[in-house]
Amino acid sequence: MSAPAKTSAVPATAGERRGSRRRKGIAGNALWFWIFVGPFVIGLLIFSYLPIIWSLVLSFFEAYNTATPSKFVGLHNYVDMLTDHNFLSSLGTFTIFAVFIVPLTFVLALALALLVNQVKIARAFFRSVFFLPTACSYVVASLIWKLSIFNGVRFGLANTVLGWFGIENIAWLSTVDPPWYWIPLVTVRLWLQLGFYMILFIAGLQRISPTLYEAAYVDGAKPGWQVFRYITLPQLRATSVAVLILNLIAAYQAFDEFYNLVGNVNYARPPLVYLYGISLGSIQDLGHGSAGALILAVIIMLVTLLQNRIFGFGKAGD
Amino acid sequence: MAVSERTTGTPQPIGFSRSTWGRVGLVLRWIALFVAVVLFLIPFYLILRNALSTEQDITAPDWTLFPSHLQWSNISELFNDTTVPMARAMYNSAVVAILGTAGQLLLASMAGYGLARIPYRHADKVFYAIVATLMIPGAVTFIPSFIVVSSLGWVSSLRGLIIPTLFSGFAAFLFRQYFLGFPKELEEAARVDGAGYFGVFWRIVVPNSLPFFAALAAITFIGNWNSFLWPLVIGQDSSSWTIQVAMSTFITAQTINIHELFMAVAVSILPLVLIFAFLQRYLIQGVTQSGIKD
Repeated sequence: MSAPAKTSAVPATAGERRGSRRRKGIAGNALWFWIFVGPFVIGLLIFSYLPIIWSLVLSFFEAYNTATPSKFVGLHNYVDMLTDHNFLSSLGTFTIFAVFIVPLTFVLALALALLVNQVKIARAFFRSVFFLPTACSYVVASLIWKLSIFNGVRFGLANTVLGWFGIENIAWLSTVDPPWYWIPLVTVRLWLQLGFYMILFIAGLQRISPTLYEAAYVDGAKPGWQVFRYITLPQLRATSVAVLILNLIAAYQAFDEFYNLVGNVNYARPPLVYLYGISLGSIQDLGHGSAGALILAVIIMLVTLLQNRIFGFGKAGD
Repeated sequence: MAVSERTTGTPQPIGFSRSTWGRVGLVLRWIALFVAVVLFLIPFYLILRNALSTEQDITAPDWTLFPSHLQWSNISELFNDTTVPMARAMYNSAVVAILGTAGQLLLASMAGYGLARIPYRHADKVFYAIVATLMIPGAVTFIPSFIVVSSLGWVSSLRGLIIPTLFSGFAAFLFRQYFLGFPKELEEAARVDGAGYFGVFWRIVVPNSLPFFAALAAITFIGNWNSFLWPLVIGQDSSSWTIQVAMSTFITAQTINIHELFMAVAVSILPLVLIFAFLQRYLIQGVTQSGIKD
């Protein structure tokens, strides 16, 4: 990122006033810069930098029910969190979730984009239908999923449909063996976010030059898989990387649907729900909570960097 | 507009022959499309069906496609239910979404313009300090932010819900990128006429950037309206619940009737469905602009 473009405050036509305006201009520019940027920066210092520094400090203290603790415990909170079975299993829960949600979102969003992009009639209608769930919150979707679709009793839609085939009612959200709860948890996020990623893919598809397809046709590439594999997919590289990274970061921060669908239960508890529980639940253990949040932040940053590296190297090798 | 009605990018370019396989593929693709449409619309149908049903209709063991009669009184039942502060929650959500969006756009656009256009020695350092905050994943900061907000005494208040969310490094970044590409000639013409930075920004730059503002406003509004974790952390008292927190409380506590809860859902998504109906163009632009960072 380059520094802001050097814009002279003085237009060339300002003529004789130029000298005096310029001298005043430099001090004036600094003033105007802070008038424009200052309020934002002050807010950022208070609500982004201060919390993180404060949290770093708290993570070295024993801080039950207090944000101004006095008992320094060194790395104790970190050691506790890294050996805390519940915290580690929440990272495991996240990993299972990511293994389902990331590839499924990628493939299905791309498929929807390709389908919508090739229809010639009512395209805006189809695009809107798939995009519309973005208007719903995770709370709304969780509510529909929990009370209407995956309700464990007979009036739930899923159990009603399965009942037509003679299958017994399934308690979707509380059955641990087999872990049926993954089906509502994964499908609710798919319904909510596929449209968003589909829009990104459609924008990517429309940036592909038609001449590439014409060239491929002239060279005898078969329409369908070959064209998709050798033209469309490589051309979507930037979009694909963006979709994967955004999606993985979002999955790490999953909270809403887990909290509303299954609650704070030990079998399906992602890191944020666990951290919420220990730092804002009945105990309010802000020391361990801060340490856990920082560990999670470091993991997310490392994974993002790693992902950039992997895709960056691939690009250089092309 | 990013998503236009062109047909470029289709896997079947010019001269696609309608062979038997081509036809089978076409039929299969249409079937896939319709199945997807039905699956995506089922939850919306369920909202309407349950919102207008009686409790007996919803919990009847035999599934019916439509309720036996439309129970419009569910609306008044919802707003008259004294155990559910629905009206208050709607009001809180509206204030949070409107003020939050306006404040965030104002602060971020001014910061972005200053960074893009006002020459200042330390501008790049300020810019890096803003971009650095993008590295930190938003949701993990809720514990530290809660600590700061509770020290300010803002828990369970609209201030606490709104003010900490106003300073989006990402929005400032997007505005800076956008203003770097804004035609300088327009600004210079106004400068010749004697306008300062303030005048140029408000009279020339903002009025000529309304589609960009609308795109970011649409997606910020939806994000604010639907936001859950921060309002849950801050809304410790039912008077400061947003609609999302109110609904969530009643799913987890199960103290509300299903038909009432679904009416609450229908009411809660109404403002956003209206935005989708009238501002979808801007929304899609907002998604494409904010989804792809560089």
